[in-house]
Amino acid sequence: MAAFIVRMGPLLVLWLAVFLSGTWAVDRGNFKTCDQSAFCKRQRALKPGQSPYRALLETLELTNTKLTLQLINDNNKVRLLLELYRLQGNMTRVKINELKPLKPRFEVPDVLINDPPTEPLSLLSQDENGVVLSLGADSQWLIVSAKPFRLDIMEGREVLLSLNSRGLLAFEHLRIRKDTQVDPEGAEKKEETDAANEPAEGETAKEDGMWEETFKSHTDNKPNGPSSISLDFSLPGVEHVYGIPEHADSLKLKTTDGGDPYRLFNLDVFQYELFNPMALYGAIPVMLSHSAQRTMGIFWLNAAETWVDISSNTAGKTVFGQMLDYVQGSSETPQTDVRWISESGIIDVFIMLGPTPTDVFSQYSSLTGTQAFPPLSALAYHQCRWNYNDQEDVAAVDQGFDEHDIPYDFIWLDIEHTDGKRYFTWDPHKFPQPKDMLQGLVDKRRKMVTIVDPHIKVDSSYKIHNEIRSKGFYVKNKDGGDYEGWCWPGNSGYPDFTNPEMRAWWASMFAYDQYEGSMENMYTWNDMNEPSVFNGPEVTMHKDALHGNWENRDLHNLYGLYVQMATAEGLIERSGGVERPFVLTRAFFAGSQRYGAVWTGDNTAEWEHLKISIPMCLSLGLVGVSFCGADVGGFFKSPSTELLVRWYQTGAYQPFFRAHAHLDTPRREPWLFGPENTALIREAVRQRYALLPYWYQLFYHAHHSGQPVMRPLWVEYPQDTATFSMDDQFLLGRDLLVHPVTEEGGRGVTAYLPGKGEVWFDVHTFQKHNGAQNLYIPVTISSIPVFQRGGSIIPRKARVRRSSSCMEHDPYTLFVALSPKRFAQGELYIDDGHTFNFDKQKQFIHRRLSFANKALSSRNLAPGSQFITPSWIEKIVILGASKPSKATLKTPDGKENLLEFEFDASMSVLTLRKPGVNAGVDWTVVLQ
Amino acid sequence: MDFNLAGVHWLSDLLLCTQPLPVPTIPTERQFYEENKPFTCLDGSSTIPFDRVNDDYCDCRDGSDEPGTAACPNGSFHCTNAGFRPTFIPSSRINDGICDCCDTTDEYNSGATCQNTCREMGRKERESLQIMAEITKEGFLLKQQLIHEAKRGQEDKQGKLTELQGSKKGLEEKVEALRTVKETAEDPEKEAKERHLKAWEEQKELIRMEKDKTRMAEAFLELDDDADGYVSVAELQSHLELDPDSDGSLSETETQGLLGGADKVDTSTFETVWSGIKDKYLSEVSQGQSEPPAPVETPQEEESRDFVSDHDSDHYPEDYAGEEDVEDDEEDDHEEEEEEEEKVPPTVQTPEKREDDEVSMPPYDTETQSLIDAAQKARDDFDEAERALREVDDQMKNLEKEIGFDFGPSAEFAYLYSQCYELSTSEYIYRLCPFNRVSQKPKFGGSETNLGLWGQWAGPEDNLYSVMKYDHGQGCWQGPNRSTTVKLTCGKETVVTSTSEPSRCEYLMEFTTPAVCQEPASLDEVLHGHTEL
Repeated sequence: MAAFIVRMGPLLVLWLAVFLSGTWAVDRGNFKTCDQSAFCKRQRALKPGQSPYRALLETLELTNTKLTLQLINDNNKVRLLLELYRLQGNMTRVKINELKPLKPRFEVPDVLINDPPTEPLSLLSQDENGVVLSLGADSQWLIVSAKPFRLDIMEGREVLLSLNSRGLLAFEHLRIRKDTQVDPEGAEKKEETDAANEPAEGETAKEDGMWEETFKSHTDNKPNGPSSISLDFSLPGVEHVYGIPEHADSLKLKTTDGGDPYRLFNLDVFQYELFNPMALYGAIPVMLSHSAQRTMGIFWLNAAETWVDISSNTAGKTVFGQMLDYVQGSSETPQTDVRWISESGIIDVFIMLGPTPTDVFSQYSSLTGTQAFPPLSALAYHQCRWNYNDQEDVAAVDQGFDEHDIPYDFIWLDIEHTDGKRYFTWDPHKFPQPKDMLQGLVDKRRKMVTIVDPHIKVDSSYKIHNEIRSKGFYVKNKDGGDYEGWCWPGNSGYPDFTNPEMRAWWASMFAYDQYEGSMENMYTWNDMNEPSVFNGPEVTMHKDALHGNWENRDLHNLYGLYVQMATAEGLIERSGGVERPFVLTRAFFAGSQRYGAVWTGDNTAEWEHLKISIPMCLSLGLVGVSFCGADVGGFFKSPSTELLVRWYQTGAYQPFFRAHAHLDTPRREPWLFGPENTALIREAVRQRYALLPYWYQLFYHAHHSGQPVMRPLWVEYPQDTATFSMDDQFLLGRDLLVHPVTEEGGRGVTAYLPGKGEVWFDVHTFQKHNGAQNLYIPVTISSIPVFQRGGSIIPRKARVRRSSSCMEHDPYTLFVALSPKRFAQGELYIDDGHTFNFDKQKQFIHRRLSFANKALSSRNLAPGSQFITPSWIEKIVILGASKPSKATLKTPDGKENLLEFEFDASMSVLTLRKPGVNAGVDWTVVLQ
Repeated sequence: MDFNLAGVHWLSDLLLCTQPLPVPTIPTERQFYEENKPFTCLDGSSTIPFDRVNDDYCDCRDGSDEPGTAACPNGSFHCTNAGFRPTFIPSSRINDGICDCCDTTDEYNSGATCQNTCREMGRKERESLQIMAEITKEGFLLKQQLIHEAKRGQEDKQGKLTELQGSKKGLEEKVEALRTVKETAEDPEKEAKERHLKAWEEQKELIRMEKDKTRMAEAFLELDDDADGYVSVAELQSHLELDPDSDGSLSETETQGLLGGADKVDTSTFETVWSGIKDKYLSEVSQGQSEPPAPVETPQEEESRDFVSDHDSDHYPEDYAGEEDVEDDEEDDHEEEEEEEEKVPPTVQTPEKREDDEVSMPPYDTETQSLIDAAQKARDDFDEAERALREVDDQMKNLEKEIGFDFGPSAEFAYLYSQCYELSTSEYIYRLCPFNRVSQKPKFGGSETNLGLWGQWAGPEDNLYSVMKYDHGQGCWQGPNRSTTVKLTCGKETVVTSTSEPSRCEYLMEFTTPAVCQEPASLDEVLHGHTEL
C-alpha cells in the first residue's frame, strides 16, 4: 500500500498541476481544428493542379455591367455560373454560384452599403483557349482561361493576381441525399470535392461529415448536405499579407503549411491563447497583400465558417538560401498563395487592386462603408469593471477620479447591474434610482455605458422575452421551436437579429420611455454576440438553428454585426436622429465599422497580451475597423503595478481606451497603487486628453475617407521593406509614431523612425532625430516614446480637465514640427462633438494649417461648412525653428499684432505667446 | 474677498480673448499681487508685467500668474465660499461648466448656472457637525466609561490572575504533597503486587510443568504404538514435523539423533528427548485440526483516506484550490484541526491478548488489596489536584492572553472581546466577533463562510485604532483567501452599520463604537475653528 501511495503521489501532484494550470489557458479541446470540421477536412484534402473546371466560352455574355460565363465540372457535369464585374475605383468582383442550385444559396445581405457601381468591361480578344478583357485605362487586363478555368489579372506584362491557378476551386453543389432517394446523377464520375476516393454515400456519409457531423456531444444535422466552397488566389511578387481578423497573432500573417488554416468563425473563446490561427470573437474576411510595388486586397464576402490557408514560396528560406537563389539567378519570383474555404453560401469576392494602401482603404470603404464617427467623448478614457456594484460604488469611483485629478468620460456597468441578467432592467436593490445616478454623472459632464447582451432570459414575467416570443422573433431550432441555450441568465432565447422587423423592434426598446432609467448620457455595450451559448457546440449556436429560412451555418458571422447595427439604430432613434450613437461590440463582421467600436475581448493581465494588442488593433484598422482597443490592465488575472502602468501608457495611444477587469480580480482603480503610480497613470491619461483634438480629426478622416486611425508603418512608407513586419510600434494618422514600452523592466526601446531625409521630434523633449534609423531610446517608468513627424502640425488642448466635455471650448495649442525644408502641414477639425449636424447641416470647421516660407496660416478646407467655436489659439510651438526677429499675426480684418515669443536655442523650439485668434477664422503668422 | 466678473463674455469676443481678469487673491498671498507693478512668479522663475496676471495665458512655471483662470496646468484656485469654508480647487475646474465652489466663483465664464449654496451648505454642515459633536460627546462619555470598565476589568483580571497565581502556588504545593503521598503509598503497593505476582508466576510455572508432564506422558503413550514401554525410532519417524533439517523426511539417523543416539527410549529417558522435541511436536489427535495463524490485517485506512481527499478536491475545486494557496503553518483554525482529527486513522486495534486457557490470576489477598486501595486513593487525589492545577493554568493563560491583547491605548476596545455583532442584509447575515473572526451566513440555508480571522489593527500611522483587519478567511476560487477590513467610526452604539465586497473576496465592514470617539472640541471650536464666518 505504501508503495502504491508513493507511486500515486507524484501522479496526483501532476494531475493537480494540470488541473490548476489548465484553468489559465484556453481549452483547445472545446474548439474545432480543420480536421474536426468536416468541410475543411474534405476541402483541404484536395490536391492542387487537378482542377476539373472548364469555362464554356460559348456561354459568354457581355453586357454593360458584367460578363457572365458558365463553368462546368468535368467530373460531375455540374454547371456553375461565373459573373465578373469591373467596379468603379479599380476593383473587380468575381461571383460564382451554381447555375441551377436545388434551392437558393445564401448571399450575404446588409454588408455592402450599396450595389457597387460598375464600369464597362470590354472584350479585347477571344479564342478557344480563353478571352482577354480590358479593365479600363490602366493597361489592366483580365484573362479568362478555359481549360482548366483560371482568371489572371494583369497590369502590362505583370500578373497581379490569379484565381484558381492552383486548381483549388471547389464548389459542393446542393444534392439530394443518396441513401434516402436515388440520385439522378448516380452514374456520374467521382466528384472533385470528394477527392480521389469518394466513399459510397450513406454508409460513410457520417464519417465524411457530409450529412451529419458530431463534435464532442453535439450533433450537427445537415438537411442540406455538403455545400462548401473554395477558391485559391496566387499573388506573384508578394511576401507580406495582412488582415483577416480576428486572431491573436502577429500583424504579418504566417504561412499555414503544416498547421491549421486561419479560422474565421465568431466564437467566445475563454482565455484565448496568443500566436495561433484559432478563431476569436469577430471575423472580417478581408486580406491585404503588400509589396514595395503594390498593395491589393481580397474581400471574400461570405458569412459562414471560413478557413484561410496561406503558403509562400519564400517562407522558411534562410537568408543564405535566398542569397544563393539570387547569386545563381535561379530565384523564382516570391509568391504568396492563399486559399479560402467556406462552409456554405456562394463565392463572391472583391479584388481591390490598389495600387497604394490608401487606394485599398478607399476601395474597401466604398464597398462596406467607413468608420462611424464617434462622439468625441467616446475617444476619451473609459473606466470599466465587472462590476461596479451599486450606485454608491459608481459615485465613489466617480469621486475617486476627481480626488486624484484624473480625467475620465465614461463609467461602465457590466451584467451585474441588471435585475437577474434581464437586459434593459436594473437590479432594484443595487440600482434603485438609475436616473439619479445618471444625473450625478451629467452634473460632472460624464457618461455611462450599460451592457445589453443579445441572449434573453426565458422568463414569462420578463417583458422583453414575452414580446420577442409573441412576435416570433426568436431564432428557431431545427424542429421549428424557439432555440434555447444557456448563458448568463440561465436558459435564454436568442432574438433573430437577421430579421429587419426584429431589429426595428429592438431599436425601439432603447427609447427613453421603453428602457426605464435610461438617459441621454447612457450608451450601450453589446457583449456575447457571437453569439455565446455556454452549452452549445464550441460555445456558440448550433449550426442547424434557423434564422427564417437560413441556417445559422450560412450567416453565423453576421449575427454580431446585426446586434450592434440594431443597437446603434436604437440610440440614434431615441434622440430623434440627432445624436451620434456609441456602441461597443465584441463580435463583428465586415461592415461593423459603421456601427461603433470593438474591443479584443477577454484578454489576460500578462505582458504578452499587452504586446498583442498592437497587432490585433492594427489588423482591424487595415480592414476598416479603426475604433479598436484592448482591455487596459488585462481582463483575466491581476496585473503587476508595472504592467498596469505600461498598459495605461500604451492604451492612451490606442483608439479605444478602456480599463476593464474580471469580477474575481482585486480592484484596480488608478489610485490604488500608491501616489507614484497614480501620478504615472494620471500623466498617461492626461496625454490622451491633450491629444483629443488630433484623435477626433483622425476619426473624422476615418469616417470621411476610410483611412485607418492606427496604422502600421508600411502604410505610410510602402517602399520601406524594413517596416513590413513591424508590429511593436505604429502610427496614429501619418504624423505620430508611437513605440510603447511593453517589456517588463524595460530600460530602453529601439524605435524605427522611417523616412529617408525626414526628421522626427520627440513630443516630450522636442529632441530632433533623423529618419530611416533605428533609434535606441532609454526609458524610465514614466516614458511613453512618441514622435511627431517633421512636416506636420498637430493640434492639442493643453488644459486637461475632468472630462472631454469640460474641455469643449478650451483653446488650442499648435505643435508645428518643421521638415528639413522648413515646411509643415496639418489640419484642425472642430464640430459640436456629438450630433449628426456635421453631416446633415455641414456644421463643422475644417481648416488647413500650413507652414511655408516662414509663415504659418490657417485656411478653410470646407467652404460650404459653418460652425462657430469659442475656442482660440492659445500657443504655437514650432519645433526645428530658428529665431525670428519678430512674429506678426495677421487677421482677416486687416489687423496686425506683434506676438511675443520665446526661443529655446538648445532644442530650436520657438514658442509664440498667445496669438489669441479664434480657431475658426483665417489667420497668418509671419516670422521675420 | 470677491472679484468683479462683469465684462467677460466669450461669445462677444471671438477674435481676441485677451480681456484680463481682476486678481482673485488668497489672503496670505495677497501681498504678491500688487496692481500695476511687475509680478514675480511665486517660485521666482520670472517677472512679468501686471497685465499678464490672469490674462488666460500661463507665464509662470508654477502657475502663480493665473490664480483666476484655467490657463496653467498646475495652478489652483481659491474659493472664498463665504458662509461655508474656503477651499482650493485645481485651476482646471475653473469655467468647466461644473459648479465646484459653493459661492459659484469658479464658473464666471462657462455659461453654467450655479447657485450660491454656501449658506445652505454651511447650515447643513453645522447641523451635521452639531449632530456629530453630540454623538462624539456622548460617545466620548461612553468611552470614558468603557475605559473605566476596561480598567476595572483589567484590574479584575489582574486580580484574578494574582489570585490564580496564589491558588496555583497552593495547588502546586498540594500536587507535590499528594505526589509524595502517592509515591509513598505506591511503593508498598508495588511490592505487594509484585509479591503476589511472583507467587502467581511460580504457581503458574508449577501448573505449566504439570501440564508438560501430562503432555509428555500423553505423547509417550501416543508414540508408543506397540505399547512396549519404549518409544522407538520407527515409532517417532512418522512425526515429520520434527525433521531437524526440514528436508521433508525424517531419516533414521535423524530420528536416532532426536532420541539421543538410542534406538528406543523408555519413559524416564523420554523426558530428556521430550524437552528437545516438545516445541515442534504435534499431537496425533490434534494434528490436521490446528488452524494456520490468521494473517495480520493491514490497516486500509491510509489508502481510503487518500481516496477521500482526492474525492474532495474533485468536488470542491474552489475550496481545494484555495487551501492549496494557503500553506500557512500558523493556521490555527479550529475547524481545520477538527477536520484533521477526523482524517487520522483510528488507532490500529492490537490483537487481543491471546486467550490463554490458563487460569486467571487469583484475587489479591486482603493485605495487598488494602495497600492497593490506599495507593489508588492517593493516585486519585493526586490526579484531581493536578487537574485543578491545569484548570488554573488554562484560566491564567486565557487571562494573560486577554490582558496581553492590544485593546487600544486605554483598553477602550476591551469590551468587544468575546462579543459578536450581526448585520442582516437581503441575502446574508454578517457576523463580526471582534478580535476573533468575521463570518457570513446565507439567510436561507447554507453553511457559514469564514471572512477572516483577527489579524491586526490596520489604521494609518496617526490613527492606528480606526481600522481592524481580519485575514486568512476561507479561500476563493482562483483568488485570495477572504479578508475583511473593518472601519471603526464614532457612535453611541456598538453596531455593524454596513458591509460590502468592493473587490471579490475582500470585504469591507463599517462598525460604530464609542471606543473611537475622540475628545470633542468645544462646539464653537468645531464650527468656527477653521472657517471664516
